[in-house]
Amino acid sequence: MNTLALRGARLIDPESGLDERGDLLIQDGKIAALGKHIFDTGLSDDIQTIDADGLILAPGLIDMRVVTGEPGAEHKETLASAGLAAAAGGVTSMVVMPQTNPVIDDISLVNYIRQRGHETSPVRVYSAGALTKGLKSQRMTELGLMAQAGAVMFSNGENPITDTRLMRRIMAYSSTFNALIAHRAIDPYLTEGACAHESDFSSRLGLSAAPALSERIMAERDLALVELTGARYLLDLVSSEDTLPAIQRAKARDLDVSASVSINHLALNELDIGDYRSFAKLDPPLRAESDRTALLRAVNDGTIDVIVSAHDPRPAGEKRRPFSEASSGAVGLELLLSAGLTLIADGQLDLTAFLRAVTCNPADLLGLEQGRLRIGAPADIVLIDQHKPWMCDVGKLRSISRNTPFDERHMQGKTAMTICNGKIVFDSAVN
Amino acid sequence: MPNARGLAGFNPRHLLSIADLNRLDIEMLLELGETYLDLSVQKDSKNSVLAGKTLINLFFENSTRTEKSFELAGRRLGADVINMAIAQSSVAKGETLLDTAATLNAMNPDLLVIRHGASGAPALLAQKVSCAVINAGDGMHEHPTQALLDALCLRQAVQEDGGQLDGLRIAICGDILHSRVARSNVQLLNILGCEVRLIGPPTLLPADADRWGVDVFHDMKTGLEGCDAIMMLRLQLERMGGTFIPSKREYFHFYGLDRAKLAYAKPDALVMHPGPMNRGVEISSDIADDPDISLITKQVEAGVAMRMAILHALSLRGDRA
Repeated sequence: MNTLALRGARLIDPESGLDERGDLLIQDGKIAALGKHIFDTGLSDDIQTIDADGLILAPGLIDMRVVTGEPGAEHKETLASAGLAAAAGGVTSMVVMPQTNPVIDDISLVNYIRQRGHETSPVRVYSAGALTKGLKSQRMTELGLMAQAGAVMFSNGENPITDTRLMRRIMAYSSTFNALIAHRAIDPYLTEGACAHESDFSSRLGLSAAPALSERIMAERDLALVELTGARYLLDLVSSEDTLPAIQRAKARDLDVSASVSINHLALNELDIGDYRSFAKLDPPLRAESDRTALLRAVNDGTIDVIVSAHDPRPAGEKRRPFSEASSGAVGLELLLSAGLTLIADGQLDLTAFLRAVTCNPADLLGLEQGRLRIGAPADIVLIDQHKPWMCDVGKLRSISRNTPFDERHMQGKTAMTICNGKIVFDSAVN
Repeated sequence: MPNARGLAGFNPRHLLSIADLNRLDIEMLLELGETYLDLSVQKDSKNSVLAGKTLINLFFENSTRTEKSFELAGRRLGADVINMAIAQSSVAKGETLLDTAATLNAMNPDLLVIRHGASGAPALLAQKVSCAVINAGDGMHEHPTQALLDALCLRQAVQEDGGQLDGLRIAICGDILHSRVARSNVQLLNILGCEVRLIGPPTLLPADADRWGVDVFHDMKTGLEGCDAIMMLRLQLERMGGTFIPSKREYFHFYGLDRAKLAYAKPDALVMHPGPMNRGVEISSDIADDPDISLITKQVEAGVAMRMAILHALSLRGDRA
């Protein structure tokens, strides 16, 4: 029997609200026991024991938005390298987006990702199926067959579906399977050619910019369609304060609506693009400080359900270019937890709200058993050294691509150990 | 000649929609249809109910079985039958249709059978001609003679159990949004006291179909539970703008009738299809061709008999006018 005992940790289960000092026992990949006195009768010597004194023990993180280069662009990132970065970042489940080459728009690709993930990644890999063939926003994909093959959600990558009739049909059709439809709300006519948030700052820099309401316009359309069709909808990567009231309204009307935000948009603002720092060029673009603080409030009050890394590996050659020509995106699997803990240390983000948004909330949306500390649940665990100070050094990131706006940032809090399916997949004392 | 005295109370002048008929009208038509099912009655050359009368088949949409079925029904009743197949390209404008109506009216037909791609076209025509108009399918609106022949066929199939449709649970499955057959059948089966269910993906069900006096389902397993009969509909790809379903493969997987899905219905459930079938898309061949389950060929047989009854009844009504 494969047994592991974790002793003396601060157990936090965001789902049940549990927050107490105690122990946890893992047997055969499942949580067998947890609580204060589970080892009072003693522990046999042959059980591997880990002293977790002073560490937070929480469910492993579930990152709902990861782009890798596999298949098609393995020079950017593979499922194996992304898996290593995830493990180092306390992420035990990741959902890979369909924007691969070929696009994950077919059951064979869904099967391929599951198999490759199983063979090469130390953490769990799930796939999001494409909403339209080739992500071209013209023809609906085989949503039902892909869902049966194991696609946990559906997305159109970074491309919005502008054809309202098509979006309506996708939403109506998917409601039969109760599939989760994730959509980037972007009005592509307003954002065409833009590389920054429309503001005084970007206009001084002379960057072509799009207004934040390009997000709200599409979000309002989508939410109206949700009302018509009864779809299960995730507003993917909210970035603007303007969009939040629409989400609150939809939730108040009991629509099956949720929203995600990237850790980048909680930690950074438009000033971080400073001297045309293309490593801070993101999509959606970093916005005003008032947007950032509004997004933090929205996570704290539950308007935003999920925080993602928005992991998007880009080779240096794509990033080291004039700002407008550089590609957007940043890696984040390894930094999601630390960046969140840093915001918590600053008093900007609530610890429980953060953990909910990276564990049980995504688990509920995706229909996964993990993401909670419960007897019988998969033993996907992260041990967190909450106050450890450290500095982000891109040279040490495990991703093949190391494009991050957090380089040389001082962080507070780090993964001490990651356990996936009962096995230690990262140990800061060793790795 | 079959006894048509029962038709004295039959009042509709046209057959444009099932809504033109009350339950008594329907029972009269079905009973007359039953007598015409007997081939010796059907082929009796002395049977000349429509002798000296003119039946015009006016088909603006291509049709094989419906047009030939009406033609045969008219000829077996002794009528002069003229088929006018009008190329699809010259169709569509209301004015053209009315011009056609004026021309036809000048020929003094007694019965006019029309199929048209636009919903409501037969009703428009009926306002402009002085003969009886029979709707042989208009757009996505209605196909009342198909619904009547389906009912006739079902009554025959359940004859051992009394031949009544009251209380039967009948599922209509597939592309309901584009189906005139479904719209007529829902009304007719409701009038006859059946429990009607509609099963299909949300994209192929009309908005607010749950207000049609039916139960709506999106999956075959729960929808087919306890059904006595299953009416499969053709996936009308030609009427679809854009994508309503991802692929034929996925459609068949979730909504195509195969043995596994048929097993959700009652053990002796009957299967119907108005034709033409897309084998392997909405129905598997082995079910379509299984004479113990499938009424599909019988539906075609019943078509001629039912249309003879309809022509007969409307012609008598015309004589009284």
